[in-house]
Amino acid sequence: MTKTWIILGATSSMARAFARKLAEHGHSVIVAGRDMDDLKALAADLSARGAAEASALTFDARDPATFAPIIRKVEIEPGEINVASFVGSMPPQAEIDADPALIGSVAIDNFTGPARFLAEILPVLEARACGTIVGVASVAGDRGRIGNYTYGAAKAGFATYLSGLRNRLTRAGGHVVTVKPGFVDTSMTWGIEGMFLVASPDKVAGDILKAVEKKRNVIYTPGFWWIIMTIIRLIPERIFKKLSI
Amino acid sequence: MLWKQTDYSGWGRVHKAHGEVARPERGAHLARLMQDRPAPAYGMLRSYNDSPLNDGGRAIDMTRMDKILAFDPETGVLEVEAGVQLGDLIRLFAPRGWIPAVVPGTGFPTVGGAIAHDIHGKNHHVLGSFGQHVLSVTLIQPGGKRVTASPQRGKALFRATMGGIGQTGVIVSARLQLIPTPGPSMRVKSTRVESFDEFLALLDASTFRYNVGWIDGTAKGGGLGRGILEEAELTDGPRAGRALPPITVPVDLPSFALSGPTVKAFNAAYWRKVPSQGNVHVMPIAQHVFPLDKLHDWNRLYGKRGFHQFQCVVPVAEAGALKEMVAKIARSGLASPLAVIKRMGDGRAGMLSFPMEGYTLAIDFPAREKAEMLIAELEAMTVEATGRLYLGKDALASGATIKAMYPEWEDWAKEAARADPDGVLITDMVRRLQLRDAT
Repeated sequence: MTKTWIILGATSSMARAFARKLAEHGHSVIVAGRDMDDLKALAADLSARGAAEASALTFDARDPATFAPIIRKVEIEPGEINVASFVGSMPPQAEIDADPALIGSVAIDNFTGPARFLAEILPVLEARACGTIVGVASVAGDRGRIGNYTYGAAKAGFATYLSGLRNRLTRAGGHVVTVKPGFVDTSMTWGIEGMFLVASPDKVAGDILKAVEKKRNVIYTPGFWWIIMTIIRLIPERIFKKLSI
Repeated sequence: MLWKQTDYSGWGRVHKAHGEVARPERGAHLARLMQDRPAPAYGMLRSYNDSPLNDGGRAIDMTRMDKILAFDPETGVLEVEAGVQLGDLIRLFAPRGWIPAVVPGTGFPTVGGAIAHDIHGKNHHVLGSFGQHVLSVTLIQPGGKRVTASPQRGKALFRATMGGIGQTGVIVSARLQLIPTPGPSMRVKSTRVESFDEFLALLDASTFRYNVGWIDGTAKGGGLGRGILEEAELTDGPRAGRALPPITVPVDLPSFALSGPTVKAFNAAYWRKVPSQGNVHVMPIAQHVFPLDKLHDWNRLYGKRGFHQFQCVVPVAEAGALKEMVAKIARSGLASPLAVIKRMGDGRAGMLSFPMEGYTLAIDFPAREKAEMLIAELEAMTVEATGRLYLGKDALASGATIKAMYPEWEDWAKEAARADPDGVLITDMVRRLQLRDAT
């Protein structure tokens, strides 16, 4: 059966690595984002790597008018429709502290923008009684830390939203995978101090594909982040509030 | 973050650099970088020396600019961004009947690095150098200007870019002519070779499209220059069983790990692995052409002081000089297991390309003072033999020595100056060898 994947935020390195794995499996891929030159080049790359079909469309989390054309395109495609959202932005907490108006855009980029897109496309998946939604949240959403809590809060909101979405899509025969990456070697983390155990985008993409195949609900990638975050979640708030981890 | 303060080094880990590195992921990023703060580019850092380094300055890591832009399965013409790795091209296209015409001994280098050093491989005597299969190359020059050069249009820039160690602009993308392969495998014939003279005779007589000799650099006397000749052809023959997963060298080994006695013992065992009557195996292409790629970070075997690779090519008539070099190396007791000899053709694509018709010898030495003295002697013997040293590997030569080996050096320097008048693309190696200085 033909499988079509929509990749939101496709210019990110994690998304690119995931889309390449899909292409090498021969799936159809629609890459969506803001940099159309890069997306067209990526679509060509995916075709050369074996995608049944690859095309580029504009998606801007902050501009809901860009959502409908993507949904209209897949409505006429036969077979299973899948969506993976890699959308996000992470301005330094200090920048947000200096300009609290950024909280709104961080919430849109990491939570409400992709959430609204998923809400709009959900009926298409429900009607076909199949399909998987992959939502990339973050380990930063597991606890509000001093260095990164606005981003963390938005990702936590997205993770909770995905949990509810899973509840709903499962009834219709589909599935939702929540992905919580740790530190990944992307342009988002390039040059940031204090990175450790940094994973390659390719490793993360492989973990996501495995989670989709095995219908996992929530994954940490690389897997050891589950242990790290379990420990961090267990720290009592009265101690945690004094830590700067 | 756009710029990252980081330490990096060439594969030999002798020369090191510290500085700001940007790693663009998209064409728009790269174009902006080259407009605002142009810097030299590097790829997988598989050159052994200071060729990719810019200590104290800025550099651009091109490994994320790795898209395949177009592929024509009818003609085998492939357009790729510079950060694509050669091994990935074999993995992706060999099952569809095409492979890069030229690959070096490892699959990790990028297309950009392969162009910048006009690399050669085991089929150099048949197909020449990498740049001879580049149909066109696109550069971004300081200031942001995009230029495309080919052997037909912009020939001087093209020839200054093939093997041009990145001095004519950052290589963004290239169109490559792939070669057809009947399948994803190679049939490899191994022959035990008893002496240096026999080696040259066998290399001269070989009719295979791929061949390379491994030399036991520790064998002296009657066994001087003994080794194993590997000759191979592409084939659709049956694939060998599942490939083993790669393993990684986890730490820097202590210096005695690759010292005289261990190397001697290893080499002797390795030589005897091939039976005296020889053998034939069929294996995946990558397993033959990239023998060390299953051992990640193998440069750590040499410990944290790193190592040098000496590589020269000498004209056919100077084979005697090469034999003297092998004898000198054997007497020194400094050789490592990695020593390679090959007959080269005259194929070369650029003004600073390494190849010439003759024999090339490449050998690793742990970076120790004694080894550096030996390399200096080998360099002098190369000069004497009217041979050439390789800019992808040399870490010790002087500018005068190198310039004398590359007769088109001045033409190249003019093209580089035209492309980069302010010298913002100058790297540590170019500085060491004063390659951009007017005569």
